[in-house]
Amino acid sequence: MITTQIDERGYYGRFGGAYIPEMLHANVEELRGNYVQMMGDPEFRREFDLLLKDYVGRPSPLYYADRLSKHYGARIYLKREDLNHTGAHKINNTIGQILLAERLGKKRIIAETGAGQHGVATATVCALKGLQCIVYMGEVDIERQAPNVARMRMLGAEVRPARSGSRTLKDATNEAIRDWINNPEDTHYIIGSVVGPHPYPDMVARFQSIISEETKWQLQEKLGRDYPDAIVACVGGGSNAAGAYYHYLNDERVRLIAVEAAGLGVDSGESAATSQLGSEGIIHGSRTLLMQTADGQIVEPYSISAGLDYPGIGPLHAFLIDSARAEAISVTDDDALAAALFVARQEGIIPALETAHAFAALDQMKYGPEDVIVVCLSGRGDKDLAAFSAYLDSDALPQ
Amino acid sequence: MNRLSALFDRKERDILNVYFTAGYPALDSTVPIIRNLAEAGADLIEVGMPYSDPMADGETIQQSSMRALQNGLTLDVLFRQLREARTHTEIPLVLMGYFNQVMQYGAERFVMACREAGVDGLILPDLPAYEYARDFRELAESAGLEVSFLITPMTTDDRIREIAASSSGFLYVVSSSSITGGSSEITDRQRAYFDRIAALDLPNPKLIGFGISDAATFRTACEYFNGAIIGSAFIRALAGQEERVGEATQEFVRDILEPSLT
Repeated sequence: MITTQIDERGYYGRFGGAYIPEMLHANVEELRGNYVQMMGDPEFRREFDLLLKDYVGRPSPLYYADRLSKHYGARIYLKREDLNHTGAHKINNTIGQILLAERLGKKRIIAETGAGQHGVATATVCALKGLQCIVYMGEVDIERQAPNVARMRMLGAEVRPARSGSRTLKDATNEAIRDWINNPEDTHYIIGSVVGPHPYPDMVARFQSIISEETKWQLQEKLGRDYPDAIVACVGGGSNAAGAYYHYLNDERVRLIAVEAAGLGVDSGESAATSQLGSEGIIHGSRTLLMQTADGQIVEPYSISAGLDYPGIGPLHAFLIDSARAEAISVTDDDALAAALFVARQEGIIPALETAHAFAALDQMKYGPEDVIVVCLSGRGDKDLAAFSAYLDSDALPQ
Repeated sequence: MNRLSALFDRKERDILNVYFTAGYPALDSTVPIIRNLAEAGADLIEVGMPYSDPMADGETIQQSSMRALQNGLTLDVLFRQLREARTHTEIPLVLMGYFNQVMQYGAERFVMACREAGVDGLILPDLPAYEYARDFRELAESAGLEVSFLITPMTTDDRIREIAASSSGFLYVVSSSSITGGSSEITDRQRAYFDRIAALDLPNPKLIGFGISDAATFRTACEYFNGAIIGSAFIRALAGQEERVGEATQEFVRDILEPSLT
């Protein structure tokens, strides 16, 4: 059996670690030295569980998708993270991290965001706790995810545009890291995915692990068995996937399917399919798979989905894919759009563009009729209505 | 003998280390900048390997790096430029960049190329001491490269001692908890931090960097340690100087070392 726990230095196998400049050492070390203990504290646990229940609305339903099941010839269940407060899985992590930040005495919260879901989830918990909130967001993403920008502002957060590089998630992350370097004492950086230096990948995975924790007992209740045959989740950095896999990581009866964004096509030069196009290196403080040139320059990725438009993946996913524990599937923009429309009209659920990639992957998988498939429905699609409307008006629409 | 060690043996005070981004403002600026820095009186040169995602650097250096990459600067080009520069000057050269660049070039190939180009030291700010010891130290030492590490106001005394022990080159004393490119004056808090480091009585030479931008801040920094590093201010002085990088370089160094009395 493979071990999917990090070692004391924060490595999953050879992936992970904390490749950070000394200016970040004290901040990261403070977190590293405290997060496991704080998360294990009964008072922390009580507050975390209560907020997840009464504020976020957990447990999120595990919904049997009847029409999708008939269409694909398998038993398909949707883990409804889209029904969480703020509309995505991201809030599981921000609730956890704001409680940590509070206990560490931090007064100022910073975050990066791609699709804006993590930014909204961070702005939300900052409002909840009365803490100052600054969200870095690429200029391109500010434009394509305007509803989420408005939500963050409504919640009292300051949205600062990242204007360097490709002006997307990677650059927003760089700006947030710089902010943290400049404000080492009073600021906590809420990273939104299982990326970044140790302890972030492990910490975020633990907060998101509520997804598979619930899936286990929900499947038990519904089917009398507590595991599915496969779990399908989209992977940008990979936080919803990490949470959906977490309690099944060492259960090899369960296939783990990681769905990446192929953009205009894996070989088109406009893609974010990191596991296929990437190689081992360092991004945002972590040794993992990333898209880069032969000279180690990080390549600017592309996906229609702002949340998947990232040139790396979390070190846990690099490890899972490298060790063949997880299978990577890539899905193009067009296939994701078609899948979003299909799910909307089959099930009456409009998924986020990120999640639509996970649905599109169902077309590429093979099943037996009794197979139980859990799709992590990581977020709702309200923020993507502009893209969906354009698609509905376009010639690309399947007849 | 390593040119860096020789420098610190020969000169204990007022050491001027100037940083620039290789390939900026023009691809072929690297050699003239090195030659003119040496001629104008810089004591050592930190050559930045431009990187797409320079986590520890500010906007000025990030922009110069983007420009250098657009100009076509690769590590192969850089090593060719450094080999040429070495035919003109014996000034100590330190390469500064990010560990991913070394990894992708191939760590062994990288240190060999450094050796052939007459590079004396390395600064890889995102390579922590543990990973350095595990993955890179032996190679670097075998090529005679002195590796410098950063310390900051947030670094504890114990950690400073550990870092100093694994640092074969000078200690890079980050003047404040800040990314490069600031230009503030040295504050009381910074003075207290410098005093704290001085009290540790470490054997390593120490250079202050970050926020050193002109003759005044350079003089103040030199009161505390062996010298100081100027980076972003020089990059700003080179902006738009493609046609006269040599003169711009000389003027900049002169203003630091012999400020006019106005």
